[in-house]
Amino acid sequence: MATKVVMEALSPTMEEGRLVKWIKHAGDAVKTGETLAEVETDKAVMELVARADGQLLQIAAAEGSTVPVGNVVAYIGAPGEKIDASAAAPQPSAVSRQPSVNPPPSAGPQPSAVSRQPVPVAAPIESGRVRASPLARRIAKDSGVDLRLLTGSGPGGRVVKKDLEEAVARPATAAMPTVQRSVPLPTPHVTTVPYEDVPLTQIRKTIAKRLSASLGPIPHFFLTTEVDMERAAEARAALNAQLGDRGKIGFNDIILQAVALALAKHRACNAWFQDDHIRYWNDVHLGMAVAVEDGLITPVIRNADLKSLTQIGAEARELAQRARARRLKPEEYTGATFSVSNLGMYDIDQFTAVINPPEAGIVAIGTITERPVVVGGQVAPRKRLRLTMSCDHRVIDGATGATFLQTLRQMLENPLAMLL
Amino acid sequence: MPTLTYRDALNQALREEMQRDPNVFLMGEEVGVYQGAYKVSRGLLEEFGPRRVVDTPIAELGFAGIGIGAAMAGLRPVIEFMTWNFALLALDQIVNSAAKMLYMSGGQIPMPIVFRGPNGAALQLSSQHSQAWEAWLAHIPGLKVVAPATPADAKGLLKSAIRDNNPVIVLEGEILYNTKGEVPEGEYVVSIGKADLKREGRDVTLICHSKTVTITLKAADALQEQGVAADVLDLRSLRPLDEAAILASVAKTNRAVVVEEGWPHCGVGAQVVDVIQRDAFDQLDAPVLRITQADTPMPYNKQLERAAKPSPEKIVAAARRVLYLE
Repeated sequence: MATKVVMEALSPTMEEGRLVKWIKHAGDAVKTGETLAEVETDKAVMELVARADGQLLQIAAAEGSTVPVGNVVAYIGAPGEKIDASAAAPQPSAVSRQPSVNPPPSAGPQPSAVSRQPVPVAAPIESGRVRASPLARRIAKDSGVDLRLLTGSGPGGRVVKKDLEEAVARPATAAMPTVQRSVPLPTPHVTTVPYEDVPLTQIRKTIAKRLSASLGPIPHFFLTTEVDMERAAEARAALNAQLGDRGKIGFNDIILQAVALALAKHRACNAWFQDDHIRYWNDVHLGMAVAVEDGLITPVIRNADLKSLTQIGAEARELAQRARARRLKPEEYTGATFSVSNLGMYDIDQFTAVINPPEAGIVAIGTITERPVVVGGQVAPRKRLRLTMSCDHRVIDGATGATFLQTLRQMLENPLAMLL
Repeated sequence: MPTLTYRDALNQALREEMQRDPNVFLMGEEVGVYQGAYKVSRGLLEEFGPRRVVDTPIAELGFAGIGIGAAMAGLRPVIEFMTWNFALLALDQIVNSAAKMLYMSGGQIPMPIVFRGPNGAALQLSSQHSQAWEAWLAHIPGLKVVAPATPADAKGLLKSAIRDNNPVIVLEGEILYNTKGEVPEGEYVVSIGKADLKREGRDVTLICHSKTVTITLKAADALQEQGVAADVLDLRSLRPLDEAAILASVAKTNRAVVVEEGWPHCGVGAQVVDVIQRDAFDQLDAPVLRITQADTPMPYNKQLERAAKPSPEKIVAAARRVLYLE
């Protein structure tokens, strides 16, 4: 029987995908793992790969059409195989936003554009549909529980309401994929344990409850400091002179590295709020907000505290570029432990950024401007930078955030401190 | 509040409506001199005379047709069938004339007529006289179909049926006629199209009507002893169907069992399940189950008849299955 190719959930929040382009066409031979089509999700343009070998028998969704996750977009089978009539019935929910048309028959496969790695998907749908009652599915969706991780107690292993209630009541462990998401570690790390879960103490719980009630759902507070960037500017000029045409270091790169190194010294700010516990990360995965055409996305520099300035700079530029082209993979924009948002290029003096949950903080970077300041009893023009940290008060108290900012400021005002 | 039998509640409704409106009259086999095969029309001939309580020959098609003609002429006939099994002969008049008159006359000729009589099985009346016809009748656009389970509902729904300007089918029950219950005196009407929550629970919805309300309430008692609280929803009206009441209960309990006297294939329960799967899909934690008569002609043998009919035990077992307790 022909295998259905369905629209897969290529991002954690994807509900439908727009078929940008069919790479394979009806009649083409396909192998498991080969890219069939490019699909635009809510976050990026991703690749839909084959999950069976055979011939692409029929394409059921035209280029430009938007298809809900789970709906059939094509069929793979033996050459000449007939598609089961009921299986091939049109799906009314597939919305074609363009009046077209079958894909052009002779566009042909483009192997060079396709040869990138097949995108790893959290769990392939081919492994069999999860048996769950409609109610269980709805509860799972609402509470973010991954049904695939549950053992159903109903007939034939059907996941039912009771199983969900038990899973939701359990401490956030196995059934909570958002917590358990495995983050690929591109570089070896000094500690073997990526994080430590510390249960909430009663006072912490009370703080969480009271502050959420007063300004929820995340009780933000804001700390602003002004940093003297004269020595950072000198360091940057010297490093760029030395690098010559081997690269260029920007202020943003220096700030990113300083934030990463300061976080490594202040684990209390490098944390996730997790309802009944706080996850203090030993790893520093730094998210950086990037404005894209119709919104923003936060690609992540993994283990940023272990990377050199030039590595951070190169990675930041590469990620930002792909973010703007909507070519980020889900694992490249999830899993940050702390984030940075920079509006300096828009001449913003200072601003407050909104925390990206479950992270506990974000630093908003303004523009570097010359300001008159008193140095040694004299008014002098100095390059100044305003940093504003938004803190989740359930995790970070005023003094905790302030000491982190103090370290960050010292590192920027005296870049040699980053060597300490 | 006085306690009446179901039969006397119907009698009270007929008497009050005949007193209230001189256009109301009763017609059928043995309704006059014999005072009704089940004594529903006791005393009516004496009070209202032979022009308004009319005995007919054994000719269902004929007197159903005369009733329809009278309704076209402005009267409000109540046609009694000795049982709905005999009314099969009159289905051409009911389906082709009564149900379609308003529509085919372009809204000019209303059809204020009631067809009533006992429906479904009693005890050992065998295959031809033990049939539940509600699925047949509720299938027809143009008819309203009610099936009261209690004396109070019998009075309230029959009064609503007589006052309705559309043909209304009232399904009674031989073994319901002797059941007793409190019945409000005087002006008491039950709106057609409203289900009634006969018992409230949170764990499972048991949907039923007519005679199955009694056995479903027994099943709910048995479930209560097992720690399961059931909503018992009496549909009362099969067309129109109170979909909102069905959906509200299922939204609360996430599971349902639908009980009826009739056969399973294309039954009333199938229509109820259709409503649930369509509009409460995301509320369901288990497939909806149905309890019906066995898919055979009704056996005459007493043990086989008992085995073929819905029972509290069957309802309890189905409820336990949708609760994943089995």
